[in-house]
Amino acid sequence: MSHAAELPVWAALLTSLLLLVGAGLTLLGAVGVLQFRSFFERVHAPTLGTSWGTGAIALASIVFFSSLGTRLVVHEVLIGVFITVTTPVTLMLLARAALHRERAEENPNVPSRAVMRRRGSAPAPGGRRRRCCRHALVLRLAEKTGRRRKAPPVRRERGPVSVRCLRRCGPPRR
Amino acid sequence: MTAAILLWSVSIAQAMLVIAMGCNAYRLIRGPRAQDRVLCLDAMYVIAMLLILTMGIRTGSAIYFEAALIIAVLGFASSVALAKFLMRGEVIE
Repeated sequence: MSHAAELPVWAALLTSLLLLVGAGLTLLGAVGVLQFRSFFERVHAPTLGTSWGTGAIALASIVFFSSLGTRLVVHEVLIGVFITVTTPVTLMLLARAALHRERAEENPNVPSRAVMRRRGSAPAPGGRRRRCCRHALVLRLAEKTGRRRKAPPVRRERGPVSVRCLRRCGPPRR
Repeated sequence: MTAAILLWSVSIAQAMLVIAMGCNAYRLIRGPRAQDRVLCLDAMYVIAMLLILTMGIRTGSAIYFEAALIIAVLGFASSVALAKFLMRGEVIE
């Protein structure tokens, strides 16, 4: 590490501190992945590494290269922002997929859709249920409410007008 | 002096990251279900990216940054594809 000899002492100390904090938090998250019992506890653990683990190491890199080249280097912000934005997306998708799989197997440790509906966090079914052919989502029939919706004016679709996809893509295609 | 401080801290940080990767690899091999394995793969992508960033600090060259960025992007894409596969049984609908 001969390139670091001309670095000021405060920059070296700050870089070291940030590196150790980031690596320590990442290690803590990995130990959590190893130790927790169920998947839904485990899915929380790696976020230690993706929030302040990545943030601290990127900050250390910024401090190091900025004081080495005597100009501000902020490339690493890109990595930090990207990781911060993408990790919740990934983990939400993964947790949803895991919940879907557990429910498909009717695992008693996972609340079923009926329980969630009773608690009010899932939509109540309105009448008969069908699948929209485009989105593979569950369709809700508006028979119960009795409201009649008009067909879209441009294309007339055959079939029940009151059927609407939950994503509002209009009446399902045949 | 500063070189010694940095060398020691970078070495310790790299050792910690390698141990973290080992923990994740153990869970990846042993993990009871597929979602645990996908989770560990995602975490290992992030740890590999952090290892490459510390390697860049150790060698003092800026070319490691691009590799880290590419690993971050690929990790996100692959994890989303695997989660989608677990959800629906196919990736592209």
